[in-house]
Amino acid sequence: MSDNITFTIDGVEVKARHGETIIEAADRAGIYIPRLCYMKDLIPHGSCRVCTVMVNGRPQAACTQPVVQGIVVENNTPAMQKHRRNLIDMLFVEGNHFCMFCEKSGNCELQAMAYRFGIPAPKYPYMFPDKDIDASHPDIFIDRNRCILCGRCVSASRDVDGKTAFEFAGRGPHKKIAVNAEANLGDTNAEASDKAMSVCPVGALMKKRIGFAVPIGSRKYDTKPIGSEIESSTRK
Amino acid sequence: MDKPKVATTSLAGCFGCHMSILDIDDRILKLIELVDFDKSPVDDIKNFTGQCAIGIIEGGCCNEENVHVLQEFRKHCNILIACGDCATMGGIPAMRNNIPLKECIDEAYKNSPSVYNPKNITPNDKELPLLLNKVYPCQEVVKIDYFLPGCPPSADTIWQALVALLNNKPLDLPYKLIKYD
Ligand code: SF4
Ligand code: FES
Repeated sequence: MSDNITFTIDGVEVKARHGETIIEAADRAGIYIPRLCYMKDLIPHGSCRVCTVMVNGRPQAACTQPVVQGIVVENNTPAMQKHRRNLIDMLFVEGNHFCMFCEKSGNCELQAMAYRFGIPAPKYPYMFPDKDIDASHPDIFIDRNRCILCGRCVSASRDVDGKTAFEFAGRGPHKKIAVNAEANLGDTNAEASDKAMSVCPVGALMKKRIGFAVPIGSRKYDTKPIGSEIESSTRK
Repeated sequence: MDKPKVATTSLAGCFGCHMSILDIDDRILKLIELVDFDKSPVDDIKNFTGQCAIGIIEGGCCNEENVHVLQEFRKHCNILIACGDCATMGGIPAMRNNIPLKECIDEAYKNSPSVYNPKNITPNDKELPLLLNKVYPCQEVVKIDYFLPGCPPSADTIWQALVALLNNKPLDLPYKLIKYD
């Protein structure tokens, strides 16, 4: 399909295809819009709102909003960056994120986003909510202390693996990632080889016995900020 | 002119951050040309001798004595730095924050498999500082001016922060020095 739609992001002209979302067009153009719940090839969940941009002066989630000819998108502005920083701060205090012993540290998208924004500490008081760990499965586990409710595992298991092993349960502060079984993760048909097991942005849904395999210094975000892979891609 | 003074302390921490201060290696010689250490485990001065330019806090607050010391630091230091994950978010000690205090104490003095306590004593000497209900990050107890994350923050992070602040420069840590692990 041809790139027959044009619009601007922070004044830069971007070409897009009919039916694309703003984030997809931006990625192809080498413009990074920060995001946490969105993952390429999964159905966008639109829940974290880190990707919020101004579209013709109104806030929209770039991962769900389709492109329209001529729209004016504001992305890397002080107002948007402040809004994103607040969301990242909230995610840190709403969970129990003990980076110092987390297997995902260095490869975690939430942590990497905080690094990219240069956050030395969140500005809100910590909630230390009561969350649990489900290690009943021989090969995988869920640590709900770290879950940011992005919905990636739900979509991957349902839409890619065809299993529907995960679903959300509860509302508001009680919302949690639940498993599709009478009791625990070990009773589901989820397996370590599932697509769902490679999508979690944080250390919440993890494979056992692979933690700390990569030394500090060689991990994904040790030296390169998250998003730099998109920014360095050649502009098309 | 007198050199500016730096004070340091370890509250509910493991002294790892102080190890990281020492890890600046031979730059410590430059540091003692730049500053005098006041109250600090580095020189074992127990009480403040005067107003300090910078206070470095390792650890959060897990008992009433931690709160008292932290308040003393706030009073005596122009700039207060929360140094390390325990100071900035509670760290490992904060893992008890979801467990009722009584359960924590019973685990330590009664129930854990390695306990030998035939008289079933739970320490309650008046000299012992009372534990707080939770472990608190420093910024939830006093105003903190700067945060250095990391477990511990690297020696380079601590060095850059000290040099910048002693020279009245803004503290702008580069990407590779902001780490939470
Ligand atoms: S377990 Fe991971 S992938 Fe699933 S909702 Fe939570 S953060 Fe997202
Ligand atoms: S990435 Fe768009 S809402 Fe989360």
